[in-house]
Amino acid sequence: MNKDKYVLGIETSCDETAASIVKNGTEIISNVVASQIESHMRFGGVVPEIASRHHVEQITIIIAEALSRAGMEPKELDAVAVTEGPGLVGALLIGVNAAKAFAFAHQLPLIGVHHIAGHIYANRLEQEMEFPLLALVISGGHTELVYMREHGDFEVIGETRDDAAGEAYDKVARTLNLPYPGGPHIDRLAQSSDAAVKFPRVWLEEGSYDFSFSGLKSSVLNYMHNAAQRGEEVKPEHVAAGFQNSVVEVVTAKTMRAAEEYGVRQVIAAGGVAANKGLRTSLEAGFKKQGVPFYIPSLALCTDNAAMIAAAGTVMFEKGIRSNMAMNGRPGMEMTSWNK
Amino acid sequence: MIYLGIDTSNSPLAIALIQDQTVLMEETVNLKINHSLTAMPAIEELMAKAGIAPDQLTHIAVAEGPGSYTGVRIGLTIAKTLAWSLKIPLHMVSSLKVLAANGQFFDGLVCPIMDARRGTVFCGLYEGKSLEPVLDDRHSDLKKFLAEVKSLNKPVLFTGADLSIHENVIREEMGDAACFSTIQNRLPRGSNVILLAQQSEAADVHHAVPEYRRITEAEANYNKAKEGSA
Ligand SMILES: [Zn+2]
Repeated sequence: MNKDKYVLGIETSCDETAASIVKNGTEIISNVVASQIESHMRFGGVVPEIASRHHVEQITIIIAEALSRAGMEPKELDAVAVTEGPGLVGALLIGVNAAKAFAFAHQLPLIGVHHIAGHIYANRLEQEMEFPLLALVISGGHTELVYMREHGDFEVIGETRDDAAGEAYDKVARTLNLPYPGGPHIDRLAQSSDAAVKFPRVWLEEGSYDFSFSGLKSSVLNYMHNAAQRGEEVKPEHVAAGFQNSVVEVVTAKTMRAAEEYGVRQVIAAGGVAANKGLRTSLEAGFKKQGVPFYIPSLALCTDNAAMIAAAGTVMFEKGIRSNMAMNGRPGMEMTSWNK
Repeated sequence: MIYLGIDTSNSPLAIALIQDQTVLMEETVNLKINHSLTAMPAIEELMAKAGIAPDQLTHIAVAEGPGSYTGVRIGLTIAKTLAWSLKIPLHMVSSLKVLAANGQFFDGLVCPIMDARRGTVFCGLYEGKSLEPVLDDRHSDLKKFLAEVKSLNKPVLFTGADLSIHENVIREEMGDAACFSTIQNRLPRGSNVILLAQQSEAADVHHAVPEYRRITEAEANYNKAKEGSA
């Protein structure tokens, strides 16, 4: 039997300061997340400079907390994994520099992890991955379909050409005067609505797995504007339901078509918007009919966390992948395979 | 006792190692290279050359700001993570005072300045002999600050990496009272970070934060909007 591997994960790519210790890439030993949502709420969105200021205030506290909740000493760790990108540059480099200093102080191997790979590997903390696999990563920052033949092999087969799904949710929520972050509010309104405004579905060219949400967002804004000009009363739940129906229908259909075309053995969803009830119900029903196993991690693992970074980092560690002290935060980091 | 000193608060990178009363190594790089990329490799290399392992360090000293927000945060993040990881004290010192130390023993006042764009600077004023602060570190309109400095009627030595940007304005406002550091004395030195930090009490590592000396633009706009609607 191989010795158990314990990896510390650190994640600071947006507005959560997070640290976690994961055993063998599959078992959470501790998982600590400090959310900054309340500080950003009054600005109606994440302010990068304020996010960075919070990260530097929190970083050692959160890492210490992850160790103490695990009841572990740094010398018991096998490696340190940190989000290298993509994300907000000033936010990323707090985690990256803390990880570098921690790894240097304790002379531990260091691994830079792609944030989306982390989201995908969050699933492995609850359900072993089966390949070939299709992952739908859908959040405030990303909307991507990723095909994987094996561990560490990523082929992005579809992505958003403009806004991320979560961004569209936030913008529509703002026009409906819902508080930030708007996704959960729209989901709740849509669930309770008895009717839905008909908004267009954006399929793009035939066969494409890409997404576009800015046109849909504009349709919602136009609808609101026209109704206001005519002095008509708008029922926010009807707009929320109409918007959500359009997103859910397109995302479900494209994900199902990709799963079929690529003949995958498993489909997983990840990212904050994957927690959306309407989307979850639709995907679950679709894949049940298609007969393909489909999984969504629990909410705490859908939103940004460091356990997912440690989980992905563990697989990279076992493949022998290492970063060095010259690692930098990479805001526009591309997703590349590490299995080659 | 072995101190590691770090200053990344503006474009220069300054690091040093001092063992007891001996400066073992010191490095200042003024190549406008990204600190996030270069600070840790530079520290690793400096310590390897000096033959010092991380667990031999006994203290960390860091320039706490003001300066570039991102730059200050990189130095502080590295310093606090090292201090916490190695369970050793963290000492912090004003990044302006680190510059002022380049003018120590000047017979008059020393005024470190850092460019903060749009005619504004981060600045302070220190007694040359003692390096005691005469005016508090601040973010200010340069001309407004110079008027205050001038009213003290003493010779003033100006220093700082961005001095050339503001040299003309300083000459106009201060006349003969202004002296200017030679170029090698405009950059921060890691040894000065350590020597000054030694005079300060150890910080609470987990709660150590930069001295930005300025609120964020988002907060300033938010406050303005709130005042406007009140
Ligand atoms: Zn994310």
